[in-house]
Amino acid sequence: MDAAMNRAMRAVAPLAPFTAAALAAALLFAAFLAAQGFEAPEALGLVVEGAFGSAFAWQNTLARAAPLMLTALCVALPARAGLVIIGGEGALALGALAAAMVPSLTAGWPALPVQLLMALAGFVAGGAWIAASAWLRHVRGINETISSLLLSYIGIALFNFLVEGVLRDPASLNKPSTPPLPDAVLIGPLPGLEVHWGLVWGVLACAAAWFLLRRTVFGFSVGVVGGNPRAALMAGLPVGALLIAACFLGGGAAGVAGMLEVAAVHGSANASLLAGYGYAGILVSFAARHNPLGIVAGAILVGGIGASGSLLQRRLDLPDAAVLVLQGALFVALLAFETLNRKGARRV
Amino acid sequence: MSETTDGLAFGSLALALLGGALRVSTPFLFVSLGECITEKSGRINLGLEGTLVLGAMGGYGVSLLTGSPWLGVLAAGLCGVLMGLLHGGLCSLPKVNDIAVGIALMLFGTGLAFFLGKPLIQPQAPMLPSVELGAWSDNEQVRSALRINVLLPVGLALAGLLHWAFRASRWGLALRLVGDNAAAARALGYPVVPIRIGATAAGGFLAGVGGAFLSLYYPGSWNEGLSSGQGLMAVALVIFARWSPLRCALAALLFGAAGALGPALQSQGITAGYYLFNAAPYVLTLALMAASWTPGQTLAGAPGELSFTQR
Repeated sequence: MDAAMNRAMRAVAPLAPFTAAALAAALLFAAFLAAQGFEAPEALGLVVEGAFGSAFAWQNTLARAAPLMLTALCVALPARAGLVIIGGEGALALGALAAAMVPSLTAGWPALPVQLLMALAGFVAGGAWIAASAWLRHVRGINETISSLLLSYIGIALFNFLVEGVLRDPASLNKPSTPPLPDAVLIGPLPGLEVHWGLVWGVLACAAAWFLLRRTVFGFSVGVVGGNPRAALMAGLPVGALLIAACFLGGGAAGVAGMLEVAAVHGSANASLLAGYGYAGILVSFAARHNPLGIVAGAILVGGIGASGSLLQRRLDLPDAAVLVLQGALFVALLAFETLNRKGARRV
Repeated sequence: MSETTDGLAFGSLALALLGGALRVSTPFLFVSLGECITEKSGRINLGLEGTLVLGAMGGYGVSLLTGSPWLGVLAAGLCGVLMGLLHGGLCSLPKVNDIAVGIALMLFGTGLAFFLGKPLIQPQAPMLPSVELGAWSDNEQVRSALRINVLLPVGLALAGLLHWAFRASRWGLALRLVGDNAAAARALGYPVVPIRIGATAAGGFLAGVGGAFLSLYYPGSWNEGLSSGQGLMAVALVIFARWSPLRCALAALLFGAAGALGPALQSQGITAGYYLFNAAPYVLTLALMAASWTPGQTLAGAPGELSFTQR
C-alpha cells in the first residue's frame, strides 16, 4: 500500500514544479495585459477556449502540436547527449526544401514511395545540418548552442536564396514558392478529422525516441556521454560518433517537420513555412524536461497557446505576438521553478 | 579603358564596404562590450539577442513619444537593465542554468518587443544625428562612407575605458576576481551574487543601447525583422576577442564589414545571391570560432568561472 503510494507520488512529483510554473506564467501574462488596460481574466479564458474549448479548437491545437513534437525532439535527443541545440528552425527549413524537391525528380511514381522519399530527404537534410553542430563541437570544441543557431540562420538564408532563385516556380508571382506538389502526393487529414496525418507521425516519433533513449544500448551510451563525457571516453565509448548520431536523429526529426509542413499544410516550400515551430520546440522540450513522452503533452500545450492567438486577436484586439509573450513567460517561469526540483542540478 | 572602370568600381565597392563597416559595426560593438562585462563576472547571457530587440523597440517608442532620440537611447538601456536583472536574478537561484535562462529570455524579449512594438511600425521617430568626418572631401562617396553615427565614437571610447577599468580600477579587479574564482572572492568579502547581477544588468544596458542604434540610426525604423542574430553573434565575438574590450572593438568592425557585404554589393548593382551575401557574418562567426577555439583546452584569457568554455 505504502509502496504503491510512494510510486504514485514519485510519478506525480515532477509535475508539481511544472504546474506551479504554468500558474506563475498565467499570472505574469495576466498582469502584463492588465497593466496595458486589457481584460486580463477574459484573455486567460480565451486562451483556454481557443486552445481546448471546442472540437475546432482541438483540431487547430493538434495540427500545431504535430510539427512541435518533431522540432522538440531536435532539442531533446541532443540534450540526452549533453548538448543544447537551438537551431531547429533552420533544420526545418532545409528539410522542407529537400522534401519539396523530390516530386519533380520522381514524376510518374506512385504516391507512397514519393512521400517516403520526401520524408527521407527531409530527415537527411535536417539531420546533416544539426549533426554539423555536433561535429564542430567534437573536432573544434565550438559551443554547439551558438553554432546551431548560426547554422540555422545560414540554413534560412540558403532556403530564401533557393526559393527566390533557381528553385522558384515562375508562376508564383507575389509569394516566391517552389512548384506546387502534385495532389496525389499531398498528405491528407486523419479519417473524420481536419488534423493531418503528421500528428500520428509526431506521436510515433516521440514514442520511438523514448524507446531508443530508454531501452537500447545506443540510448544508454548517449546518456553516459551526456552525463559524464570523460567517463564515457574512459569506458571506450565512441563519444564523437554518439554526439553526431544524437544530433543527426534530432535534426532529422525537425527536417521531417519541414517535410510535413510542405506536404500536409502549404503544398510547396515558401517563406510561410518559417512560422517559428523550431523556436517553440525549444520551449516544448524544456517543458518536458527533454523526456520524449512528455514532449507529446508539452507540444499539445504549446500548440494550444499558439492556436488561441487568432481568438485573442479577434475578440480582444491583442497583437498576434501575445502568444509569444505567454510562451516566453512560461519558459522563464519553468526555469525559475527548476530551483524547487529535488533532483540535482542539470547541465542541460 | 575597362581596367580604369574596374578600378573605379573596386574603389567604390571598397568605400561602400568601409562605410558599411562603420555603420553596421555599432550594435556589435555595444552588445559585445556588454557581454564582455557579464562574462568577466563568470556568467554568460545568451539572451542579449532578446535584449537588443527589446531595446530597439523601447528606444524607438520613447524617441517617438518624447521627440528626443537621446531619451530613446536611455530608455533602451533601461529595458536592457531590466532584462539583465531578470537574467542575473534567475541565475542566482540554485540549480538554474545560465545558458537555458538566456535562451528563454531570447524568446521572451523578442515576444515582448513584438507585442509592445505593434503600434510603432508605421510612425517615424526622430533619429540620432550623424557626424560628418568626411567633410574635407568633395567626393560624395567618401563623404557618405565617413558619415558616422554619434554612438560609434562613444562605443570606441567605452572600449578604451573598459580596457583600463578591467586592468586598473578597484571594481574591475573585483569583477575579474568574482569571474575567475568565486570562492576566493567570497573569502575576501566580495558579494559574489550582487556583483554578478550588477554585471549582467550593466551588460544588458549596453545591449539595449545597441538595439537603440538599430531602430534610431541604421536601418532606422522599427520592424520585426530588425535584428537577425546580431545579439547572438556578439556573444561569439567576445569569445573570439578573448574577453578583451579593445579586441572586441576590432572584431566588431570586422563583423560590420561582413554585414555590409550584401548591401555594398547591392549598391554596386550586384543583386544575385543577396541572401547568401547577407549570411556572410554567420559564416564568418563560425569560421572565427573554429579558428580560435582549441578542443580540450581552456581558452587563454577565459574567466575561470565561465562554465561553457570548459571542456
